[in-house]
Amino acid sequence: MRRLVLPLAVLLAWPAGAVETRMPPRGEETQAHLVIESTTDFVIFEPILLAFQHQNPGVAITYRELTTNEVADDVTAACEEGRFVADLVISSSIDQQLKLVNDGCALPLRAEARAGLPDWARWREELVGLTFEPAVTVYNRAYFEDRRLPESRFELIDLLRESEKFVGKVGTYDIESSGVGYLFAFQDALQASTWGRLVESLGRNRARLFCCTADILDRVADGRLLIGYNVLGSYALQRIETDDRFGIVLPDDYTLVLARAAFVAKAARQPELAEDFIAFMLSAEGRDILSSDMRLLSPIDGAKRLAALAASAAADPQTLRPIAMTPALLVGLDRAKREIFLEQWRAALPAGAVTAGEE
Amino acid sequence: MTALAADTARGQSIAFRLGVAMVLILVLVVLASIVAATRFGQAASDETFDRLLRGAALQIAERVSVTDGRVRLDLPVSAFELLSLARSDRVFYRVIGPDGRTMTGYEDLPLPRENAGPDAIYDARYKDTAIRAVKLTRLLAERSMSGQVVIVVAQTTRERAGLAASIATNAVLIIAAAGVLLLFLALLVLRVALRPLARVERAILKREANDLSPIDVPAPEEVAVLVAAINRFMGRLESRIEAMQNFVADAAHQIRTPITALRAQAQLALEEKDPERLNRLHRRLYARSVGLGRLADQLLSHALIAHRADTAARETIDLRRVALEAEREIRAVSDEAIGVDLPDEEVWVDGDPVSLREAVKNLLNNAAKHGAAPITVAVERHDGWASIMVHDHGAGIPEALAARIGERFTSDGISPDSAGLGLSIVASVAAMHGARLARRTGEDGFAIGLEIPVAQP
Repeated sequence: MRRLVLPLAVLLAWPAGAVETRMPPRGEETQAHLVIESTTDFVIFEPILLAFQHQNPGVAITYRELTTNEVADDVTAACEEGRFVADLVISSSIDQQLKLVNDGCALPLRAEARAGLPDWARWREELVGLTFEPAVTVYNRAYFEDRRLPESRFELIDLLRESEKFVGKVGTYDIESSGVGYLFAFQDALQASTWGRLVESLGRNRARLFCCTADILDRVADGRLLIGYNVLGSYALQRIETDDRFGIVLPDDYTLVLARAAFVAKAARQPELAEDFIAFMLSAEGRDILSSDMRLLSPIDGAKRLAALAASAAADPQTLRPIAMTPALLVGLDRAKREIFLEQWRAALPAGAVTAGEE
Repeated sequence: MTALAADTARGQSIAFRLGVAMVLILVLVVLASIVAATRFGQAASDETFDRLLRGAALQIAERVSVTDGRVRLDLPVSAFELLSLARSDRVFYRVIGPDGRTMTGYEDLPLPRENAGPDAIYDARYKDTAIRAVKLTRLLAERSMSGQVVIVVAQTTRERAGLAASIATNAVLIIAAAGVLLLFLALLVLRVALRPLARVERAILKREANDLSPIDVPAPEEVAVLVAAINRFMGRLESRIEAMQNFVADAAHQIRTPITALRAQAQLALEEKDPERLNRLHRRLYARSVGLGRLADQLLSHALIAHRADTAARETIDLRRVALEAEREIRAVSDEAIGVDLPDEEVWVDGDPVSLREAVKNLLNNAAKHGAAPITVAVERHDGWASIMVHDHGAGIPEALAARIGERFTSDGISPDSAGLGLSIVASVAAMHGARLARRTGEDGFAIGLEIPVAQP
């Protein structure tokens, strides 16, 4: 392989955490250069990027990896100044993505770059969902060998109430630092009345809070945690292929589903190429790659594939509740609203319970 | 060929004109409807979407509270779900606290003009897009806090414009369809309505060339007027043709007798050897031919009068002028001395100068032949009537003849020398002018003439 991968921390305009990967074209010369800004690890997106380059040998790709807040801040600033930062912006923080589109930072996509998407996975002609990732509960397989699994939130609450065994052994996202965690928590609060009791139970069991999915999965696998709540399913489904120490439950009262949202930036230099890439991700070939290697699935056929994947976890597609891309997502981002929501969260999970992601 | 020409004429004259007029009216109506539909669509759409905006703003306003001396806003998701009903419109909001600072939302979202009042709904531009915004003001009256919270909720106008366009389009489509249908029906009705005309046409075309009897075709009121006019015209035509035929027959009859007599005397003259008798015959021949000439003159004059009665244009004329011209023309052909007695002022009447002159000439001729000199023509005016009279000092017209004035001139026994033919012409002229034929017999002779109504200035 002549491909040269150059991870490097860019010191100039981008936040210190940004990692930029440059993929030279497969062909002899660069005909076009696609710049993607994303919150997803490069390794997860690498297969689909390579497949896209295989189809378009003259395309060089720069893949910049940032946190959700960094992407939002970066694109907001660039949008206000009319400056170029990336052609394509992909983020799992769909509320922030929706706000960027609402603020007029996106270009409309041609119809074929939106084709087949269900209503919930697109907004206007600008924002599209690329993946289909459930919020799952993970559990330590050894501990639950001969115990009854919490199949729903009601059962989880009961389990946490009736036993002292879970004190310090339950983990979830720290919603103050994790965009996805906040989004899931906020949607939970909207979906059902169980949220208040669940937060209370988490607080009583001194739940441990983490920034990142991998930290929760590591601990559930090795037994430091027994249960991980609202974990991003794509990571869990991918890891479970090689790690049988933990199991996955799709809560059967309802399972939130998130589609990573993408749009073409208003100041894009290669808007058509960016659209081509979106269309490729939504194509049959793109969906196969997303579904097989990375378990990201696709909004177009995700429910079907998830049912096949999680057969052991007794998934019922009827309980899947995709987070719809509508302006209602703006509410969670509202300064005052967020403050109130976090206040309630902190009241139930006092500072003592918060554990740093990295130990 | 004739039928085809008639068809074309009819198509252009009525059906075509009415059709064009109807199309023009319908186009105008449709255009006006389109304007109205567009406005209506915009208004209906605005009303619908303004309700969403206001509903959302009210929901947000409800969630403003004061706790611990601080104004708090718990933004309701339902408000945004309401706004999301406009599926593809961007949403902006702004909440301004009692201190005038933006508590949350878009800090630069434009407010309405200062004088818009506490609650307003307005159009503006934000982030390079047209927006529609609603502003609500909520007064706080807590113990720890007073003042007002201003809530502004705005949306881009894409769905609203889309709905307006779709309402307008539907309305216009319906209007256009109704217009086309209306046009079709109108043309149908037009065809039905014009059918009586075709019936009249067929009735006329079917006739014999010399059939001038009235057309009897059942027709609606408007067409009946036309049929009546045609019938009147044909009546005139018939009477004219009849008059013409009568004249030809009469003239032939009138002229044949003197010519026969003339020929007989001319033959006698050819065979006569005695110079003295020959001379007598010559004189008689001369007198006969003069009489024949006068007769021809009178016949033509009568024909002229009969023709002019229907066709001559009336004009306002001075009766004195008629008298002078008649006198001059008589003087040109005879030695008779005729006096003229005229007033100083003009005497205006409406009439045909040629006919009047002929009438006066006939009276003068009669006077010269049957009356006694001196002869005078006089014009007078009294009480709305103008008169033109011919005086002579003879005995006047015999009663037997006077009773027959106005009868057709052919009556047997009227010789070329008789006054009957001349009087018949005078009677015709009087009739065509609405005038009276006046006769007076006095000690100083006889007067006859016309009394004509004076022209209104």
